[in-house]
Amino acid sequence: MAKTHVTMKVNGAEVEGLVEPRMLLVHFIRENLQMTGTHIGCETTHCGACTVDIDGMSVKSCTMFAVQAEGSDITTIEGIANADGTLSALQEGFRMMHGLQCGFCTPGMIVRAHRLLQENPSPSEQEIRMGISGNICRCTGYQNIVKAIQYAAAKINGVEFKEAAE
Amino acid sequence: MIPGSFSYHRPATVADAVKLLADLGDEARPLAGGHSLVPMMKLRLATPAHLVDLHGVAGLKGIKRDGNKVTIGAMTTQHELLASDEIAKSLPILHETALLIADPQVRYRGTIGGNVANGDPGNDMPALMMALGATYQLHGPNGAREVAAGEFYQGAYFTALEPGEILTLVTVPVPAAGHGYAYEKLKRKVGDYATAAAAVVVTMAGGKVAACSIGLTNLHETPLLAADAAKAVIGTSLDAASLKKAAQAAEAIMSPAADARGPVEYRKHVGGVMVTRALQRAAQRAK
Repeated sequence: MAKTHVTMKVNGAEVEGLVEPRMLLVHFIRENLQMTGTHIGCETTHCGACTVDIDGMSVKSCTMFAVQAEGSDITTIEGIANADGTLSALQEGFRMMHGLQCGFCTPGMIVRAHRLLQENPSPSEQEIRMGISGNICRCTGYQNIVKAIQYAAAKINGVEFKEAAE
Repeated sequence: MIPGSFSYHRPATVADAVKLLADLGDEARPLAGGHSLVPMMKLRLATPAHLVDLHGVAGLKGIKRDGNKVTIGAMTTQHELLASDEIAKSLPILHETALLIADPQVRYRGTIGGNVANGDPGNDMPALMMALGATYQLHGPNGAREVAAGEFYQGAYFTALEPGEILTLVTVPVPAAGHGYAYEKLKRKVGDYATAAAAVVVTMAGGKVAACSIGLTNLHETPLLAADAAKAVIGTSLDAASLKKAAQAAEAIMSPAADARGPVEYRKHVGGVMVTRALQRAAQRAK
């Protein structure tokens, strides 16, 4: 099958590659670009581990072809840290609130939460839970993931983070 | 999971898309949001030799109020429906339903056109479109035509779309001001298809039902319009006896498949419960 030349912006850098049309975007990111932070979990559009941000949308990159991303602007987990290399508010939140155990779902969770906070900077707990309902975690029971996102929202909004009483 | 090989086409106009599909024949499939087709391709349950991606086609997106109708371009995503003030104002039942479709990531990609054109009995929008009296605009090699949602669905994945035709526009008449609405969907988890779901649009006058329509999702190989169930509540105040009659009339036309969501009798029973709840909630909202 003839290959197609694709160009796109990933984490601020122009990248290109030759791909078969059937190559999934997640494979292009992991194999061609060697960015393995984006994970492949279920491969069936359920788990959200492969979530990347494309032109302002959270997308499961196992359910889109690399050729469809031609000309788009993509952010993966590798592009989430602050420009100076320090942890972003979300990354810090996941660290401080123990928002992960095995860590497999974390890249997808953080990239999804990044877009959620762009669209809704002060989400309620319910809005956070619905906002990450396309991302599955099998370790934490979500409690600390929700807290991590609340921590990040508070930090971004410049207010003190108070943990809800349990 | 890697799909079979295919050639990728990205036409810029509806005419080009239609011509490609006509020229390439049975081996070609149009690609909208891709969140039904791409998973099927990964499982090799679909192996099209050509994909005609509609993302590059101009003019297939957008929500417009046109008199007493709202038109929605086929490539408008569920996320865009949720973000639309016009939808929230004129067709709030679409907003309520879109929120129950899949999950946030899928809603950024999944389109209204794909949802209604695919013919999957589990998709939520078709029953809604039947209850609202929507029409679909189809473009094919012989030009454009309009088909009512109520006449579009012929079987599971089998619709009025002819080979080479694509669905380009959904037109929905705006329900009367002060109408009540509800979409009740029973599902096992976020992202699941309905075990049973019911869409209700109702207008009330003096505490009684003046007009009513009811659509059913995933309770037959096609979406259903439950006309007898709607008739059973007209002129009533939705008292217990009338609600029971409506649920029974709805259950009488259901023939769901027995699957992981439950046996036939269970799915019919909860189908009746969804009709009852949707009627009650819609009536509460009506002014």
